[in-house]
Amino acid sequence: MTATTMNVGIVIVSHSPLVARGIADMVRQMVGDSVPLAWSGGNVHGELGTDAAGILRAIESAWSEAGVAVFVDLGGAETNSEMAIEMLGAPRSARVSICNAPLVEGAVMAAAEASGGASLSKVVATAEELSP
Amino acid sequence: MQTEPKLIAGLIEVCRATIAANSDHLCALDRAIGDGDHGTNMRRGCEAVSAEEANLSSLPLPDAVEKIGLTLVMNIGGAAGPLYGTLLMEMGRELRTQEAGGAFPIILKRAIDAVARRGRATAGDKTLLDVLYPVQDALAHRSRLSDIASRAELSANDTAPMKAMRGRAAYLGDRSIGHVDPGASSCALLTVAICRYLEENRPE
Repeated sequence: MTATTMNVGIVIVSHSPLVARGIADMVRQMVGDSVPLAWSGGNVHGELGTDAAGILRAIESAWSEAGVAVFVDLGGAETNSEMAIEMLGAPRSARVSICNAPLVEGAVMAAAEASGGASLSKVVATAEELSP
Repeated sequence: MQTEPKLIAGLIEVCRATIAANSDHLCALDRAIGDGDHGTNMRRGCEAVSAEEANLSSLPLPDAVEKIGLTLVMNIGGAAGPLYGTLLMEMGRELRTQEAGGAFPIILKRAIDAVARRGRATAGDKTLLDVLYPVQDALAHRSRLSDIASRAELSANDTAPMKAMRGRAAYLGDRSIGHVDPGASSCALLTVAICRYLEENRPE
């Protein structure tokens, strides 16, 4: 197992492909390739929206045996992420958490924590400390 | 009674046509209290289902209903995707586990409860649940199809004075009051279309 797959993965989900990709760039700048990272932004046609199948692909792409932390922007991003996690199926679905945290700060803090080898629950807790 | 393939194909087509005809109206409702894309999202979902019609109508009813739900999830691309998708996927699963002649109102109730869990919403939150629960209630009381349709329309209108508690409209707080909820509206339109279709195609 490589160092990358031992660390918790990070997935960014936004209604906007530009926002999702931009945050992923910021995370990458922060932690390099020490953390599995993927994003899904926009609907099936790349317009503003969310895409359950795209989120599922992102989770699979950032998959780590240590788990995956998902960061979402607004309503549909959360419900579609929940659908994607269900579609991922057991037992992997139990190792994916949607974080109740601000998208940019949450993802960067979580990635920094993940790059140090923290567990999924620690990564999630660190990001969620940012929420009021 | 119609054979299942014809019934499934007929319902898919009336739902698609209704949403296509009202897409602009649904977007206008959504622009007032949401992000303005409910009509186009629903249309994309219904068109994707329509494109699969030949395949779907060849399936047993429970499988067809569940597959329609999945197709909606994959294509609507907004919060409505998981909500309508969950409704149909759960309905399909419930239909499969029921013996022939199982009570449809109970199946529908379980599917609506799954939608409520998915959206973490309850009746009165200004969502499609405010149409689904009254429709289920009318169905459970063996109302006529035309009465179920009117109940759906009235229930959608009743969401206007409600304050949104879930979804993008919740960010507007009190400013969501006075607008009909777009999800409740699409749900009523679909209910009316389905009731009309069933009435026109009832067994001789």
